[in-house]
Amino acid sequence: MSFPWAKEYEPKYGLTKFFDEKLPLPRLVYNAVGAGYPVPRNLSYFWNFGVLAGFCLMLQIVTGIVLAMHYAADSGIAFGSVEHIMRDVNWGWLMRYAHANGASFFFMVIYIHIFRGFFYASYKPPREMIWLLGVVIFLLMMATAFMGYVLPWGQMSFWGAKVITGLFGAIPIVGEPLQIWLLGGYAPDNAALNRFFSLHYLLPFVIAGAVILHIWALHIPGSSNPTGVEIKQESDTLPFHPYYTAKDGFGLGVFLLLFFIFLFFMPNMLGHPDNYIPANPLSTPALIVPEWYFYPFYAILRAFTFDFILPAKLWGVLAMFASILVWFFLPWLDRGPVRSGHYRPLFRKFFWFGLIPCMAALFYLGGAHAEEPYIMFSQLATAYYFLHFLVILPIVSSIERPDPMPYSITEAVLGSDKKAVLGENAEPVAV
Amino acid sequence: MATTTGTPEANVTAGEASGEDGVRRRDFIEIAAVSAAGVGGLVMVFPLISQMAPSADVLAESTTELDIGALETGQAVKAVFRKQPVFVRRLTQIEINQANAVPVDSLRDSQTLAERTQEGHEDVLVVMGVCTHLGCVPLGAAEGENKGEFNGYFCPCHGSHYDTAARIRKGPAPTNLEVPEYTITDTTLVIG
Repeated sequence: MSFPWAKEYEPKYGLTKFFDEKLPLPRLVYNAVGAGYPVPRNLSYFWNFGVLAGFCLMLQIVTGIVLAMHYAADSGIAFGSVEHIMRDVNWGWLMRYAHANGASFFFMVIYIHIFRGFFYASYKPPREMIWLLGVVIFLLMMATAFMGYVLPWGQMSFWGAKVITGLFGAIPIVGEPLQIWLLGGYAPDNAALNRFFSLHYLLPFVIAGAVILHIWALHIPGSSNPTGVEIKQESDTLPFHPYYTAKDGFGLGVFLLLFFIFLFFMPNMLGHPDNYIPANPLSTPALIVPEWYFYPFYAILRAFTFDFILPAKLWGVLAMFASILVWFFLPWLDRGPVRSGHYRPLFRKFFWFGLIPCMAALFYLGGAHAEEPYIMFSQLATAYYFLHFLVILPIVSSIERPDPMPYSITEAVLGSDKKAVLGENAEPVAV
Repeated sequence: MATTTGTPEANVTAGEASGEDGVRRRDFIEIAAVSAAGVGGLVMVFPLISQMAPSADVLAESTTELDIGALETGQAVKAVFRKQPVFVRRLTQIEINQANAVPVDSLRDSQTLAERTQEGHEDVLVVMGVCTHLGCVPLGAAEGENKGEFNGYFCPCHGSHYDTAARIRKGPAPTNLEVPEYTITDTTLVIG
């Protein structure tokens, strides 16, 4: 669907006319990210992160394909081939550092994108499907990133693979055979490395496919906006091009500046030094941690230290998966009629003083040693995390009285809207 | 005839006459064709899944031989079995006494030392060097390593302590260090 005032694509030249008749690809692009897509006029910079995530995916695919030209997925030479890329291959260091830091920045961007969704309740009708597809994309990203981190075959690669596949071993009865099947052996080795490489190459294209569905689903209701008020009229919107291509371009420039600081001045800042030691199946590093972007979920995994009906290890695994699967139910857990956190005073308090500190704590704790007092804090943060989504959010959204909202986006931006139901001088009404 | 649409005459003219049971020839062919293709497709799933299981050369590494004749009392060696470490330790009398002094019922994973060793070789303790929590290699096999609070093995990852019989005593690991299948003939230890 599009809005009736959306500009229509009109090919001017012979070639574009030819294409529009035979394969209307330019029309598709025009309607998706061109002047043919009307977008709310009040989008803040938080709405840049979808485009930035798309850029990161492209960056990872391009640098990844280049790296695959030089990398060898064999446990005997994988580590050496990565060093070969770093030292011998022309611009190999650039490609690898861009890929490694690109993964980190991809996750930074996606976390902001997700938390934008939390604050503005972007998951609410009519955008549930966009949200569900987004969670699927995030899960695919996690799988891809995990398998990619195994490929250099350093100590953290090896032990990360062992610990994460060991999670499946916690499942009763089928766990151990499943783990052996996943690894193709009894411990991570050549078979595991090769299949991880194969899947690490495949999954980004699956992600790209899911992203197309994500954007397709987005274009049906159109983008949400910081007021959470739906588009009512043409004056609420601007064409995507040139207004948001320009804004996204500026955002991309800022993003690239930050990215380049890491890429060129501290390329190993976000990595772990132990991964520059070749994998040794007979020696465990003193502290096994995943990459920083998995810390919150690793903290939840390790928070369970006591048996309660099920073994502690299984609780940890279940909680870790549940912590993301709960996002699938958000559109139905949040029951309030108002979307934007700007008009939800109670929700906003629990967001800024509950969920955000809780996530920050989990981020910190996931990278800490598994000892007191960190374990206790992990348990508290994990408990709060689930409490927030399963108890606080449903209750708060049911009982809270939202603040008065503007009649339209136009009114929110200009202070008045001539088309407002109550006329030009009407006061905003509470919903 | 009740299951077909249209009048009998229309069906006849369309060459779609159904039998007395109301089943058209075309229905049968459709179900048969889809079933055959479906079963064929499902059969192909099996090799696609099975190919990921350990291959023949990985399975061929499933025994490890070790000469333990030179293993002194109190000494331990690390061997590799299925690409994972195995700890072989010749226990001292003190360690055996420590292990036997523990009431078995008080253990998380109740096993006596005798159940974890073989008859005639009660002093030879063979366990996988794989923490049952998340698979790290516990310390304690090599000289000078931290043996934990129970003088056996200690896993540095998440702080699991194992006693002299490599039984879990403290920390998050759910079970004792696994004892692999093995046989001892003379001085030769065959694991697997």
